[in-house]
Amino acid sequence: MLTYFLRRAARAVLTLIGISIVVFVIARLSGDPSLQLAPEDATPAELAQIRAELGLDKPIPVQYLVFVERVAHGEFGNSIRYQQPALPLVLSVLPATLQLGLSAFVLSTVAGVLLGVVTALKRGSWMDSATRGLAVIGQAAPSFWIGMMLILLFSVQLHWLPSSGRLGLEHMMLPTLALALNSVAVVLRLTRASMLETLSSDYVRFLRAKGVPRRLIVWKHALRNSSIPVVAVLGVQLGHLIGGAVIVETVFNWPGVGRLMVEALNARDFAVIQAGALLVSFFTVGANLSVDLLFGVIDPRIRYE
Amino acid sequence: MVAPVLVFGLFGPWIWPHDPTAIDLARTKLPPAWLPGGDWRYLLGTDGFGRDVLSTLIDGARVTLIVAVVGALGSALIGVTIGLVAGFYGGKLDALAMQLADVKMSIPATLLIILLGSAIGGGLLTIVLSIVLLFWASFARVIRGQTLTLRERGYVALARVANCSDYWIITRHILPNLLATCIVLITIQIGRAIVTEAGISFLGLGVQPPDSAWGLAVSQGRNFLATAWWIPTFPGVAITVTCLGSNMLGDWLRDALDSRASTL
Repeated sequence: MLTYFLRRAARAVLTLIGISIVVFVIARLSGDPSLQLAPEDATPAELAQIRAELGLDKPIPVQYLVFVERVAHGEFGNSIRYQQPALPLVLSVLPATLQLGLSAFVLSTVAGVLLGVVTALKRGSWMDSATRGLAVIGQAAPSFWIGMMLILLFSVQLHWLPSSGRLGLEHMMLPTLALALNSVAVVLRLTRASMLETLSSDYVRFLRAKGVPRRLIVWKHALRNSSIPVVAVLGVQLGHLIGGAVIVETVFNWPGVGRLMVEALNARDFAVIQAGALLVSFFTVGANLSVDLLFGVIDPRIRYE
Repeated sequence: MVAPVLVFGLFGPWIWPHDPTAIDLARTKLPPAWLPGGDWRYLLGTDGFGRDVLSTLIDGARVTLIVAVVGALGSALIGVTIGLVAGFYGGKLDALAMQLADVKMSIPATLLIILLGSAIGGGLLTIVLSIVLLFWASFARVIRGQTLTLRERGYVALARVANCSDYWIITRHILPNLLATCIVLITIQIGRAIVTEAGISFLGLGVQPPDSAWGLAVSQGRNFLATAWWIPTFPGVAITVTCLGSNMLGDWLRDALDSRASTL
């Protein structure tokens, strides 16, 4: 168990380093920061001085280390738009994004697994076909459009649920649903396929012959043994959902990192974009790691993958 | 379901009933033809600027087509090369490639797109670059895995004995065996590329107005959700149907060509 834990943790750390390199490289693509800071009529000598102050005259690897050091101290620079440090700004809206991403994760896990098991049991029924048809569409439709169609149906036509904002539980329902639908479809299809395979295996036949109640066979034995591919995909889905929250937020005016970043994009507010990208990525890595570890505890076989 | 995109993308200017960029403020938010107040000359209605919705859809198909083809082929080229090299040589090169793939998988796609868009601005290049950056790893992983097994085959050992160069072995003995997998992978990725492109355009980082793209049309239609539902609805239907079509094509090809890729 400890080796498994250490191996996963080491991979997570390497991934974090990789992410910081990617963000650093892309930030450099945006051009010479000294040109943005310098007055328009700056002489080459003045430019060189600004570059020296920013450390841009040093070799790239040194610049990267300086970047990491600043990030480690939480210094992302100031937001141009809000005239305040970028990090607290992002931190203040991060909970909203995580709330949306995590609730969609819970929904897709519960609904995906439940529907997957039920459709596997009722294979060939009208419910099976209907659910699978919906799942195929759910995998094809973009989340932002699903969100808008949900608004059209539940807010504009039926007036059941609010279409924007973040006040109470009713505000969460539509964004969560829009975000989760794709993952529900993925988890459902995988669970169904995996369950069908397990249910036709020899030991399930043996359990049935032994007279073990069907409920117990399905929910205890078969589901647990079908869970490995599902669990592997759940880790990936969590990342998708937290990232996907960013785009769904803009549809529902959900006050999270995504909306902040899209606004920052229009204002060319690089500090906020970098801080947001790094922070959300870090949370994704952390979330993936915890899912891995959690399921490593649940199913011993995963540890020896 | 994929055919309309091909036809619209290639022959758009000969098909569309109206100029997709023609603004006509006298005819804004005209409903689809079958609804009261609709006009059969504007089959799917008009948008907030009086542009014909059907014509902008046909025009937007071009971006979808370019992105689907260039993006999927580009990421296939890079991903397959990396996967082949990593799988064939193994060792540190392999570890580095797989770590890179891990990093890519951990950065949420939307964030990578926004980062890239903030650095180089919006446009067709941003879309294609984002898609290549996002999708190469899926190719690299699968191809690497299969190269690992192919490498151990007898004919590869024989080729080595015959003193063939590594390049020869990879291109003549390994790659042909992976062709079916590549085709299946590309078809599956095209569907994902279409939805990703729509997301990029929705964020305003794709092609810029007055050019049209389906994601952009959905985004522009957001403000008319309550008053003119058809403006955001039809482009979304186009995205969904096209993606659905290429997904089904991918599934069908997978079953027909290559059973090994069935775990995808």
